[in-house]
Amino acid sequence: MGFRIVVDRDLCQGHGTCEGEAPDLFEVGKDKQVEVLDEHPGDDQRKAAELAVKYCPTHALSIIDEA
Amino acid sequence: MTDTLSPALPQPPKASGGDGETGHLEELRVDPIGLMQRVRDECGDVGEFRLADKEVVLLTGAEANEVFFRATDDELDQAAAYPFMTPVFGEGVVFDASPEERRKALHNQSLRDKFMRGHAATITREIERMLAAWDDEGTIDLLDFTAELFIYTSTACLIGDKFREELDAHVAELFHDLERGTDAIAFVDPYADIESFRRRDAARAELVEIIEGIMARRRAAGPPIDGDERDLVDVLMSITNPDGSDYFSADTITGMFISMMFAGHHTTSTTASWLIIELIRHPEVMAKVVAEMDALAEAGGGVVTYQDLREVPWLESSIKETLRLHPPLILLLRLVVEAFDVGGYHVDAGKLVGASISVSNRLEGAFDRPDEFDPSRYIDPRQDDLDNPWNWIPFGAGRHRCVGAAFALMQLKTIFTVLLRDWELTPAQPPDTYRNDLTKMVVQLAQPCAVHYKRRDRSTSTEGVA
Ligand code: HEM
Ligand code: SF4
Repeated sequence: MGFRIVVDRDLCQGHGTCEGEAPDLFEVGKDKQVEVLDEHPGDDQRKAAELAVKYCPTHALSIIDEA
Repeated sequence: MTDTLSPALPQPPKASGGDGETGHLEELRVDPIGLMQRVRDECGDVGEFRLADKEVVLLTGAEANEVFFRATDDELDQAAAYPFMTPVFGEGVVFDASPEERRKALHNQSLRDKFMRGHAATITREIERMLAAWDDEGTIDLLDFTAELFIYTSTACLIGDKFREELDAHVAELFHDLERGTDAIAFVDPYADIESFRRRDAARAELVEIIEGIMARRRAAGPPIDGDERDLVDVLMSITNPDGSDYFSADTITGMFISMMFAGHHTTSTTASWLIIELIRHPEVMAKVVAEMDALAEAGGGVVTYQDLREVPWLESSIKETLRLHPPLILLLRLVVEAFDVGGYHVDAGKLVGASISVSNRLEGAFDRPDEFDPSRYIDPRQDDLDNPWNWIPFGAGRHRCVGAAFALMQLKTIFTVLLRDWELTPAQPPDTYRNDLTKMVVQLAQPCAVHYKRRDRSTSTEGVA
């Protein structure tokens, strides 16, 4: 089962915590909102993605499971 | 926010009382939490009270809070909603920056993830310096102790070590006077002739004098040769007008520093105080936290690293639970720029709209036994904070969520790791007599708030294990 990462653009403040947790999945430029580098990552990135979701301070990220 | 706008919706219901000229202002000045809880009990998620000629629409609960926190500044303006801050930062101090830009500046300068490790080392040093002055046993006043500590940590991290070295406990007292100068009367007149405002203005004036003195000494000493030794004062002083005079006056620099430090000072120090109080009220939780610290120290051979601070679930959960029960900011405000609908009511432009952190954090239905201190709410698999993103809101939420949250959590963890390693804390007054002074918009611990400390018996512990 794969998964997808969704960003709520109303909420992202560009803190870059996600980038620290999952550098392969997220990039945050100075003064910018997050860019998702890989919308459909492999399961090996699952743990890192979950940590990014958990530690994103504004709850801007979520994971959607895909069959 | 505007797509569902329907002016046909009714106006929000009004809370009882507040019939006099100033409305509910007096009640807000003595019992703000009681007032906010009453608005919720009487009116539900959306209810209105009045501060003189300003209507305040108070929102509580997930649905209404989400509307509040998702709004842009063009819809709900944050800058215009806190009149009690203007005299603290200093009127006439012209910032070229909007609150949004100030937030970004702070964020980029000193709060980014990559600076945290260095800050953790600075904070360790500062708490160790404070503890070095303790005897083997004694009593501290929580308010005085934490207020002084966080003046040092926040100036060292945000402005620079050099500046921090020029400060002493007196600066913490002046800062305290600024914080106490936030009487809700400011909604009517921020310069009213009352004692707390006189002290506020005197404290600010004295801070300007202190900064003037620091600038004069630096000017006499000449600019630092080594760029690494520059702090923010040197940087600001290096900016000059074409005629060579200073671009920033001492008054402006003071205002800048106050505005940088204010949001992080009373919030973190109040949280540290309440964390101590809750831990000494709950010895079983204290024991878990101390065991966690001891295990870390043992694993690291007596050294706790920055990385370790990620893995302290009981300490972290105790901090979160303290923030839920004793949020330092109890009411967030915005000025309604664009009329909007919320929870079946229409809110007109020109009113204030508020989100009540203290009510939402304890909402029946969202939290199990909401008034109880129970850090296991956040112990895996439970995560009451993440499960309630719009009700668990000690740091706010959405666009204006606290930019200092990660920094504050790191500070608190670092400080408690050092403090609980060597010291045992116990109440020095009946545990149920600790309480907040809620008579100012900046909530602080009411004195007396004494705590007893004693050096831990380390014979059974692990320091020095290699
Ligand atoms: C336990 C400690 C803290 C708590 C509970 C806290 C709480 C909050 C809350 C509730 C807000 C939202 C205000 C609003 O929506 O109107 C906020 C905003 C803010 N906080 Fe904190 N704060 C803490 C520590 C800090 C620290 C340490 C700093 C800086 C070093 C800081 C800097 C800020 C700034 C600049 C904002 C404004 C953000 C914006 O408007 O976009 N805070 N804080
Ligand atoms: S951590 Fe959250 S707020 Fe920060 S950049 Fe990533 S998604 Fe945005």
